[in-house]
Amino acid sequence: MSLVFLQLFNGVSLSSILLLIALGLAITFGLMNIINMAHGEFIMIGAYMAYTVQQLFQQFLPPSVFGYYFILSLAVAFLVAAAIGWLLETTLIRYLYGRPLDSLLATWGVSLVLQQAARSIFGAPNVAVQAPAWLEGGLAVTAELTLPYKRLFIIALVIVCLASIYLYLYRTRGGRNMRAVMQNRSMASCVGISSRRVDAFGFALGSGLAGIAGCALTLLGPIGPTIGTYYIVDAFMVVVLGGIGKLIGTVAGALGIGVFNTLFEYATSATLGKVIVFTLIIAFLQWKPAGLVTVKSRALD
Amino acid sequence: MKIVLTLILMAVLLIAPMLLSEFRLSLLGKFLAYAVLAIGLDLIWGYAGILSLGHGVYFGLGAYCMAMHLKLAAAGGRLPDFMSWSGIESLPWFWEPFRSAGAALALALLVPVSVALALGYLTFRNRIKGSFFSILSQALVIITVTLFVGQQGYTGGTNGLTNFDTFLGIPLGDPQTKLTLYYVTVAVVIATLAASLWLVSSRLGKILVAVRDAENRVRFIGFNPVAYKVFIYCASAALAGLAGVLFVLQEGIISPAQMGIVPSIEMVLWVAIGGRGTLFGAVLGAIVTNAAKSALSEAYPDLWPIMLGALFIVVVLFLPKGIAGTVKEWSERRGWFSSRGQEDGMPARQAPPASPAADI
Repeated sequence: MSLVFLQLFNGVSLSSILLLIALGLAITFGLMNIINMAHGEFIMIGAYMAYTVQQLFQQFLPPSVFGYYFILSLAVAFLVAAAIGWLLETTLIRYLYGRPLDSLLATWGVSLVLQQAARSIFGAPNVAVQAPAWLEGGLAVTAELTLPYKRLFIIALVIVCLASIYLYLYRTRGGRNMRAVMQNRSMASCVGISSRRVDAFGFALGSGLAGIAGCALTLLGPIGPTIGTYYIVDAFMVVVLGGIGKLIGTVAGALGIGVFNTLFEYATSATLGKVIVFTLIIAFLQWKPAGLVTVKSRALD
Repeated sequence: MKIVLTLILMAVLLIAPMLLSEFRLSLLGKFLAYAVLAIGLDLIWGYAGILSLGHGVYFGLGAYCMAMHLKLAAAGGRLPDFMSWSGIESLPWFWEPFRSAGAALALALLVPVSVALALGYLTFRNRIKGSFFSILSQALVIITVTLFVGQQGYTGGTNGLTNFDTFLGIPLGDPQTKLTLYYVTVAVVIATLAASLWLVSSRLGKILVAVRDAENRVRFIGFNPVAYKVFIYCASAALAGLAGVLFVLQEGIISPAQMGIVPSIEMVLWVAIGGRGTLFGAVLGAIVTNAAKSALSEAYPDLWPIMLGALFIVVVLFLPKGIAGTVKEWSERRGWFSSRGQEDGMPARQAPPASPAADI
């Protein structure tokens, strides 16, 4: 029984990571209809920022404050990834507006450049980031079942991020502008919303979220230049499955894919589990081609 | 005009063996196998507007079919070596048909086509297109690669299939065989190019272009876009499988690394750089991009991914029509080689590419 519960917990943990990555993708895709192939590289940037902050703490600050580096690195990862995302949007993506498949290719080129840059700066081998002491160990629920604090922390982090995004989108003016541009770009421009600024900000926000995801991933294992590529296709599937336009769709998609992936992997083998999940997604898309939760509109295209 | 270009291409490729060293010639042969794949990709992307980021799967499936036959031939009736290492006792049932070269060749075309048929039908009939379809094709790549890597006993795992000796009794490593294979590849490329040029200038080609530009209007007029899209998707999968066969015969190895996500996206980039919507562009792009990649990775081992990435960005931003497309547009604007009619997939000369639907 506790084994099943453990698998469920692992599934939810995986879902939380996918959700964090997919939230950024959903924002950029919902806003500008571009697929950002460099999203995985923003995850990598966030992870390497955590590594850098850790190095700085180790070199310049006394060991007693080492535990706090992680909180700082979350903020740094968010800001740096958001800044690079903003830069990318204003210098490149903006000129590809209206050409979704071209932007896919251009961002792939960007991802190559970023990966190689990371290799040159940090070296090709994986580096280990030491988790702070207060995250070691686990919550002993029963005699056999221990839930690791790291994964609980990540789930809590994702819930905080989700709540913040929700509050931003639905309770602030900037968020309302963003929703307006997502729903009807030309009308929003006519009403006076600068869609350029909203685009740049939305892209920066999405990239910042990816940075936080990268920071969170440092808790789970060593990081390297290719860390982003492992989760990115699953995150894309979350966006396809969940539908564009509403947060709850992305949440549902992430939960579905994460939990089912873990359960099937446990029940069959790792490879067969992924095949089954993919087949289920294709089957589901027969029923609802636009995803789980969609925004109703009368447009045909 | 197109006939002249095809003949020039054929001539250049035929005299290449006299000008290139053996190493470079085998590289060119590999690039020509890729060119067959690129033609298939151009058919679905340049002419039908379907961006498939997962064509590596079909390439790999075709290559694995031929590789399985070559592996059985090399083992000479006994169990292939990697199966003995992995503890497989006897030949699995699905390896049996590959004993015969003809069956292997047929399956190398049929297996990719059946997968394409399944995926294509299930997605196109639900009007899933554009970026959603690209993501699904990527997911297909991931699960295929995971499957192949995981089932090491049946497929050779991460190492793939290699160590072949002969094909139909002819030794594969022999320079004479390699030269013959090169000429066979050239013949296949020219035949594919000619067939595709004929296809796109026919009525089917025009409907495909219409589907690319305005699918819903095509539906309203009374055609069924799903049938056309599925057809061209399966045709391109067959070409990819054929390319896989040629690749494995010349290179002597196939592994999941050649059919993963990165190679699949690179395949699309060949067509983008060469010029989508012009079949010559696909061939040109495949050869030029791969040659550039070889040259760059030889010359700048540390920096070449940055240069390659920068090249992609520059081409997408400033040369959206690719090399061949830009040359074509240039030559038309200056009135050289005025053709007797627009027979290919580029949007009309006069109209600027303003319609968002055409900017795929």
